[in-house]
Amino acid sequence: MKFSPCGTHHLLVESDSLDEVLNCFATLESDPPEGVLDLLPAARTVLVEYDRDRTTYDALSSAIAGTQIRRRTDRGAPATEIPVRYDGEDVAFVQDFLGFTRDQLVEWHTGQTWRVAFTGFAPGFGYMVGDLEDRPVPRLEEPRVDVPAGAVALAGEFTGIYPRSSPGGWRIVGHTDAVLWDLRTEPPALLVPGGLVQFVEVP
Amino acid sequence: MTSMTVVTPGPFATVQDLGRRGYSRYGVGRSGAVDRTSFALANRLVGNAPEAAALEVTMGGLSVLAHHHLYVAVTGADACARVDGVLVGHHTAFVVEAGQILTLDTPTVGVRTYVAVRGGIGVDAVLGSRSTDTLAGLGPEVLRPGAVLPAGNLSGRFPSTDFAPVATPTAGHLTVDFRWGPRDSWFTADALSTLCAGDWRVDAASNRVGVRLQGPRMARARHEELPSEGVATGSIQVPPSGPIVFLDDHPVTGGYPVVGVVDRASLDRVAQVRPGQVIRFRPVDRTSRRRQHPERTRP
Repeated sequence: MKFSPCGTHHLLVESDSLDEVLNCFATLESDPPEGVLDLLPAARTVLVEYDRDRTTYDALSSAIAGTQIRRRTDRGAPATEIPVRYDGEDVAFVQDFLGFTRDQLVEWHTGQTWRVAFTGFAPGFGYMVGDLEDRPVPRLEEPRVDVPAGAVALAGEFTGIYPRSSPGGWRIVGHTDAVLWDLRTEPPALLVPGGLVQFVEVP
Repeated sequence: MTSMTVVTPGPFATVQDLGRRGYSRYGVGRSGAVDRTSFALANRLVGNAPEAAALEVTMGGLSVLAHHHLYVAVTGADACARVDGVLVGHHTAFVVEAGQILTLDTPTVGVRTYVAVRGGIGVDAVLGSRSTDTLAGLGPEVLRPGAVLPAGNLSGRFPSTDFAPVATPTAGHLTVDFRWGPRDSWFTADALSTLCAGDWRVDAASNRVGVRLQGPRMARARHEELPSEGVATGSIQVPPSGPIVFLDDHPVTGGYPVVGVVDRASLDRVAQVRPGQVIRFRPVDRTSRRRQHPERTRP
């Protein structure tokens, strides 16, 4: 782990892998060191916001470095099921790019458990990782102006679902009726960092 | 319920408070008033709690009709506030009676004017805040003509002061205090000098998300793509198109290196600079490279 200051109220914890990030995030979240206000996991980092009245950059980075980071186990953890119609505009492109038939693409997308690495782009948009690491899917050269809410898409080493209609450059393979963002629930996001997701094909 | 009606909102006006915390992991940032100093002063002048919501008015032009007796203060960019056409003071608390109209002109210096009402603006909170987050599309709607705002329904201690002789935003060059990191090592030593020596002109495409700057090119020492990472408010992010200083509606993560982070007091002044004005950066932690902490490895 490496620590860098980000102004007067944040520090950045850097790890070598996404796995380490998720372990670090889960450990700090369940047992936060004194003064921690908020945690934001990303691809290789956790951004920690702290209360300067209760801790300092040096004290907090020492405390985090001295924390025994627990290895998470996904075994037995429930996965969120997302029903998908694989009728996206880019199915043909993605199946060709990955060297699949249409059925193989669906089998591949539904045949593994994806993990939410982090969120960003829009409220409730989870970047999910799975068996894509060595075959990054190219984005559209011209992003679409209006991608509908519920569009299930791929780009880079991630799959994701648009929580609301917005512009977007990811390759759309399908659509879901699942509600990704609901202010009446706590948390409002269906997909949370570290969570598991299972896609299921529906007609 | 006491209230007021927006007659005209001006070019852009929103309700803001101190923002929402704890939702960054779901993709929602802090938001809130971008000039916290002026916002806090407005609330203090009318005896509000620090977290009470107020109006943030960009480039003036607002007029509101009071339906009840309201105790009001105006801070930030001086927009020559008037009640029924009569000038009232800046940084001063005053009364707007039922049926009277409060208007703001276009400020000649600065960008954002804050209008606080004793009791606060009582629109519904979303995820614990009454701030409009323009990037996430969360919180109360941007003010429109005819909008009725609940106002002045809370009560607290009456204020002990009704005038604050503090400086308003200034024209001309602005020197901004910042601290290095987290990604200053991704730039060449020359680029780091350039950041501190250069004149950075504020671009017109600036908003609550960030202030965009034009100036000399900053060469990278590392050219690979940075995996997206969380960014703090005040971050100076450096994409190839030029630096952006992130204000309170910034995206929670970014994929370009952040060379340094602006201190909050300076950031409040950055939030008041106009397109064409020049910013200069002054490091306050002295070392041109961040302090190196020993890397710790795990078994």
